[in-house]
Amino acid sequence: MRFTRRDFIQKFVVFAGSLALPKLSLANWFADDFSHRSINATLAALFPEQQIQSSRKIFLKLPRIAENGSVVPITITSSIKYIDTVYILSEKNPVPLIAKFSLAPNLDTFIGARFKMQETCNVIVVVKSGEQYYKTQQKVKVTLGGCGG
Amino acid sequence: MSTIKIRSKRLKDFTLVRTLIAHPMETGKNKNEETGELIPAHFIQTLIFKHNNEVMSECFMGFGISKNPFFSFRLKAAKAGDVVSISWLDNLGNSDIKEHIIR
Repeated sequence: MRFTRRDFIQKFVVFAGSLALPKLSLANWFADDFSHRSINATLAALFPEQQIQSSRKIFLKLPRIAENGSVVPITITSSIKYIDTVYILSEKNPVPLIAKFSLAPNLDTFIGARFKMQETCNVIVVVKSGEQYYKTQQKVKVTLGGCGG
Repeated sequence: MSTIKIRSKRLKDFTLVRTLIAHPMETGKNKNEETGELIPAHFIQTLIFKHNNEVMSECFMGFGISKNPFFSFRLKAAKAGDVVSISWLDNLGNSDIKEHIIR
């Protein structure tokens, strides 16, 4: 196959675009959401004037006891339809918001991740479906705090 | 050497995509054991997961994510030959991108 100038330009544009895109999203990183504060302040700032319903349709796969708080695996699945955003929060971490994921329609509601926990507390998962917010929580006992790792 | 590893597996109802990124994810609170100085915060802030150049998931994270972050996703419709890509950007402006072809 010959490598034509057209090929080169096409590839170059795609490559340059892929470099430019992450730079754009830097502006979207919400430093405020990830600031040091209590869980209640974080929830109030993230979901102002929102009713968050507790739901049994969000399923968390979390260890009951995490021996090492620096690596806590979590798997989130849900039977709620059209979930577009998932938030993971840990109640007693210095920065309670751990991560926020947007989900495209072509993705199953499924997220696997690993996060750090400072001490024994509840892990809260909030999902957004349209304008509705749902949450669920589970307590994880941490034997060795992990924010040092 | 890329910092990103991607594995995919086509299953009956979905395609599982897993990614492992080599990154220290420093919180900024740890001390260097030899010098006693604080190690500055160094963590991934955004991660973008694409399927055939379409953004599937944008993840914003703080340093609450573990060192060497691991993520997994499930694509509903993916065929052999589809391209998925993962890119990340950290608070120091470093970034990396990797593409992977689903078998």
